[in-house]
Amino acid sequence: MLTDKYNPLENTMLCILDKDGKIIDEELLPKIEDKKMLEIYKVMLLTRIADTKALQYQRQGRMLTYAPNKGQEAAQLGSVAAVEERDWLVPAFREMGAWLYKGVPLEQIYLYWYGNEMGSKFPENVKMLPISVPIASQLSHGVGIAMASNIKGEEEVTLAYVGDGGTSQGEFHEAMNFAAVYNVPLVVVIQNNQYAISVPREIQTKSRTLAEKAVAYGIPGIQVDGNDVLAVYAAVKEAVDRARGGGGPTLIEAVTYRLGPHTTSDDPTIYREDKEVEEWTQKDPLIRFKKYLIDKKLWSEEKDIKQREEFENLANETFKKVETSGEVPLEDIFKYHYEEMPKNLIEQYEEYKEYMKKGGI
Amino acid sequence: MAVLNILNAVNHTLDYEMEKNKNVIVYGEDVGLEGGVFRATTGLQKKYGRDRCFDTPLAEAGIVGTAIGMAINGLVPVVEIQFSGFVLPALNQIIAHAARMRNRSRGKYNLPMVIRMPYGGGIRALEHHSESLEAVFGHIPGLKTVIPSTPYDTKGLLLSAIREPDPVIFLEPKQIYRAFKQEVPEGDYSIPIGKAKVIKEGKDVTVVAYGALIHEVQKAVKELENEGISVELIDLRTISPIDRDTIIKSVQKTGRFVVVHEAVKSFSVSSELISIVNEGAFLYLEAPPTRVTGFDIIVPLPKGENHFIIDSKRIFNKIKEVVSF
Ligand SMILES: Cc1ncc(C[n+]2csc(CCOP(=O)(O)OP(=O)(O)O)c2C)c(N)n1
Repeated sequence: MLTDKYNPLENTMLCILDKDGKIIDEELLPKIEDKKMLEIYKVMLLTRIADTKALQYQRQGRMLTYAPNKGQEAAQLGSVAAVEERDWLVPAFREMGAWLYKGVPLEQIYLYWYGNEMGSKFPENVKMLPISVPIASQLSHGVGIAMASNIKGEEEVTLAYVGDGGTSQGEFHEAMNFAAVYNVPLVVVIQNNQYAISVPREIQTKSRTLAEKAVAYGIPGIQVDGNDVLAVYAAVKEAVDRARGGGGPTLIEAVTYRLGPHTTSDDPTIYREDKEVEEWTQKDPLIRFKKYLIDKKLWSEEKDIKQREEFENLANETFKKVETSGEVPLEDIFKYHYEEMPKNLIEQYEEYKEYMKKGGI
Repeated sequence: MAVLNILNAVNHTLDYEMEKNKNVIVYGEDVGLEGGVFRATTGLQKKYGRDRCFDTPLAEAGIVGTAIGMAINGLVPVVEIQFSGFVLPALNQIIAHAARMRNRSRGKYNLPMVIRMPYGGGIRALEHHSESLEAVFGHIPGLKTVIPSTPYDTKGLLLSAIREPDPVIFLEPKQIYRAFKQEVPEGDYSIPIGKAKVIKEGKDVTVVAYGALIHEVQKAVKELENEGISVELIDLRTISPIDRDTIIKSVQKTGRFVVVHEAVKSFSVSSELISIVNEGAFLYLEAPPTRVTGFDIIVPLPKGENHFIIDSKRIFNKIKEVVSF
């Protein structure tokens, strides 16, 4: 068990690929088919490009506040690739790569950040909850879904995300405790990107690692190099298999770094040094995995350039579509609160429609 | 005199009172090094040190709960909740304890503490960043709830809130944080909590509003005046305890009443105000008291938000309707 070998109380971190994309220990290498490996890389790349584009659109005033993912692609893809279509995904709000891999169309992701609630209504077959903005509040939903899986006897696992800041919320503790007490099939991935807006991890907790919190809940925990997609995959896959086999929940800390700002309203120069960002840029998860794939002759720089172009066009076209069709029909802001609109709401809607019909005068 | 916007006024007032009273402690998420996501606490950590202005772990219940403890033990905490939509984890501490400690301990422990938070919509934000929850706080016995609408009032009300012996919820209209500047005295002055302000006297209709919407109402009032309608405009300033006297006196004079707020309509501040008018000025009324409010819906994301935000035209129409009743 990786969770035994990398006991969080011993302050050890699972790494498989070094920053040059070389395997550190062949024995640890998870079994992933070549095709899947490429698929993971491509979604990482798409995430990077769609994310960079979103930031540009926002700067051009074409998109709203946006929470960038740059630097966290391995933590997201390594984890989501270890679950299956039948499994549930419970997001926080900074896991674009995981959502894409799970099957959420890029158009919807853009639509959400464009400011349209339809961006949260995912396709029927995508078992994923909408983004949860109140930090850490989503985790107990994940626990509940997993409790239901147990009660119904379904062999499905729930993968839930939270940030390092989120581990400070009382609700984080409640969710982890429930998960452990009811031995639910849940994997919680903490994307420890070092900051909660401006607040560094050291202010969130006196624990040496976030993974070691698992010990107090009586469940397995492990810290992994979150910029190493293979390490994340290996740890999450083990946890998913354990969960599916009735072995209960696991807490995984993926150590990574938010290379961009917290959101487009944030100015990171206030709270961190360029040098630190530069150091983490050297550990770019995308480059690391690309080197590995090229070494394995699964990929090439030429293919990479072509793929990038393709994704850039895809992002641009998708966003254009969102811009031309992303308006919210008036009815939509009223009609989704209840199965049937109550009378007070119908009256308010009708009165306002009348007002708008007269040209808003 | 300094020329300040509302945000500067918050910062200046915190600085002013921290300087005067070393028991005043300011903390919350991102308020220390960064100076808050809106920069309301900029420079305070540098000036007063980490003991008096600091960042906390991300936990609103912890922020408010510890403020209660500090207040019991002789300090005057002024904590920030990043957005009013994120106060929800702290409601247990606010409603179950902050509001009750004085009564529970029969006066032994009172809580001189302030919970500041930006509130309201109109900034094209994500979910939970646009809420107006003043009625939720107004509903709770033991709390006082205040909303300024100008830089001058911000200082006067915030100083009162900090010096108040009981917990105060201080809601800051973030939409107009930087909207305009005003002269604010650098010295000491306060504005009493519980006192509305008659912004403009008039004789045909009483209009009550507060927070960011005051300025939309003022636009409507100007146009109404052009049409010869004389509006008495009142800035409520304190949600709770509500200033019944000023409202009743005004409606007894004008005979007509309109209240404007962005929060949803049902079970709201306007529900309370219309009851007050009915109780205290019923026999003076020449038209049914009425309101312009948010719809009973969740504040839409930005692409739908323009429908939710109240513009001066809707206010104008409603006032006119009441005057020509
Ligand atoms: C309950 C709550 N409080 C405050 C916020 C405002 N807020 C949004 S993101 C954030 C920091 C979150 O940090 P972390 O959990 O580490 O995730 P990251 O943003 O780094 O991905 C804060 C304080 C919020 N969304 N919810």
